[in-house]
Amino acid sequence: MTTPTLKRTALFGSHVQAGAKLVPFGGWEMPVQYSDGVRAEHLAVRNAAGVFDVSHMGEIEISGPDAEAFLQHLYSNDVSKIGIGGAQYALLCNDDGGVLDDLFTYRLDTEHYLTVTNAANHEADVAWLRAHTDGFDVEVADVHDRYAMLAVQGPVAREIVQAVADSPLPGRMRAARRIVLGRETLVCGTGYTGEDGVEILVDPGDASAIWDELLRRGAVPCGLAARDTLRLEVCFHLYGNDLSTDRNPIEAGLGWACSEDTGFIGADVVRAAREGGTAERLVAFRLTGPGIARQGNPVVGGGVVTSGTLSPSLEVGIGMAYVPSAVASVDTPLEIDVRGKIRPAVVASKPLYRHPSKETDG
Amino acid sequence: MADASYPEDRLYHPEHDWALIDDGVATFGITWFAQDALGEVVFFDVPEVGTSVTANELYAEVESVKAVSDVIAPLSGEIVEVNTALTDGPEAINEDPYGAGWMVKVKLSDPSEADALLDRDAYVGSLS
Repeated sequence: MTTPTLKRTALFGSHVQAGAKLVPFGGWEMPVQYSDGVRAEHLAVRNAAGVFDVSHMGEIEISGPDAEAFLQHLYSNDVSKIGIGGAQYALLCNDDGGVLDDLFTYRLDTEHYLTVTNAANHEADVAWLRAHTDGFDVEVADVHDRYAMLAVQGPVAREIVQAVADSPLPGRMRAARRIVLGRETLVCGTGYTGEDGVEILVDPGDASAIWDELLRRGAVPCGLAARDTLRLEVCFHLYGNDLSTDRNPIEAGLGWACSEDTGFIGADVVRAAREGGTAERLVAFRLTGPGIARQGNPVVGGGVVTSGTLSPSLEVGIGMAYVPSAVASVDTPLEIDVRGKIRPAVVASKPLYRHPSKETDG
Repeated sequence: MADASYPEDRLYHPEHDWALIDDGVATFGITWFAQDALGEVVFFDVPEVGTSVTANELYAEVESVKAVSDVIAPLSGEIVEVNTALTDGPEAINEDPYGAGWMVKVKLSDPSEADALLDRDAYVGSLS
C-alpha cells in the first residue's frame, strides 16, 4: 500500500501518532480517517470543530504589474473584483471550455496573488500558467514547498483558532497575515465543508506545533473521507469526480464563477453553453430507498453519478450526477443502476444539507 | 471497535471471511481484519434466503462510507437463513464481527470444501 514515491506532508508524523489510516491521494500519502472513524469526524465538524491537513493542495504565487490582467486572461471569474485581502473561486479552462482545475485565489497585495490548486493538478496548473505568460509582465512561482495548510472547520473552529491568534481573524472569503501561536501564517476565511472556519497557510516547519495545539484545544483530527462526505452534503465540486476537461462550467452548475466578458480562455464556449443550454446538467440527488450510489453508476435513461456516498448527517444515500437537462429539475424522480440493482432517487435542491441554525449556506 | 481477534473455532478464507460449521450448515461472516480495513460499515444489502452461493465467489456486498466491497463465500451451498438485523444495524459487523455481525447461514452442498480453508493460525500468519 505504501509506495516510496508518495510524498508526505510536514504533519505525517502527527497523523501516525493520532492513529491515522493512510492512503495514496493525488501523489501524496494522506490520512483517510483516524481511529474514531469517518462518521465521528464528520459530525465533529458539523457540531464543533475538526482540523484537516490539506498540505497536499498546491500553492502558486502570481506577482508583477500585469498579475491581474494575466489572471483575468486565464481564470473564469472576474479577478478585478478581488480587493486586497479578498478571496475568489474560479475555474481554469482550456480552449474548449473544459475544466482543467478549480481554484481559490487570494489577493495578498495590489500585484500579488496566491492561488490554491488541487494536488493532482498542481504541476499541470503551474505549467499551464507559465505557458501563457507571453506578453504579460508577471512572475509565476510554484510555492508548494513553502506552505503547509490546515483547514479548521466547524461552528467553534474560529473560536479555537482565535484563542491562539494575535488579532481578530479575517471574515468569510477574506485572507490576512496573522501570528498564530507565535508563528507567521496566512489565515483565510474559506473551507470545503459548508461550516464556518478558517484555512491556515504556514511554514511546514511550524505546522505540527499549530496542529498539536488545535487538537489540545478540542479540534478533532479529520481525514479525507470526512472531507469528502462533508463537501458532498453541501454540493461542493470535487475535481476528478464532478469536474473534468470533458465538462464545461455551465453543465457543472458553475456559471456563477464565470464572467465571459473578461474574455478568459474558454469564455466563448462558456458563453455559448450559457446561452444555448447544455445536453446534461450536474444535479444533486438523494436516494428514496436503501442503498448507496457511487461514482460511475449509470443513471437509467442517460447520465452518470460522479460522486456518491452515505450522508452521515442525513443518513441516506446522496450524490451528484450528470443527467439529461430535461430531467435536471428539482423533485424529478431518477433511477440509478447500482451494480445491477435499480435504486430510486430524486433530484434534490443544493445544498443537500443545510445547517439547522443557518438560513443560508454556501 | 473491538480489538483484533480471530476465534479458534472458525475456518478462514484468504479473502477475509470466516465460516463456522455446525452439522452441515455453516454461518458466514467477515473477519476482524476485513471490517477494520473497511472502516465503519453503513450498509449491508442482506441476500435472499434460497439463493445459491459458490465457494470463492461473491454472495453479498458490504459498504462503508467510502467504498463498497465484495463479500466472498468461503464454501458452497444454499442460503437458509439471513441476519436481517444487519439491515437496520450494519454496525454490528464492526462491533461484533464473529457474533451479532454474522451474515448468512448456508446449507453446504460439498462439506469437503472446508479442507481448503485455513485454520486460525494459518490465517493470522497470512496477515503479516
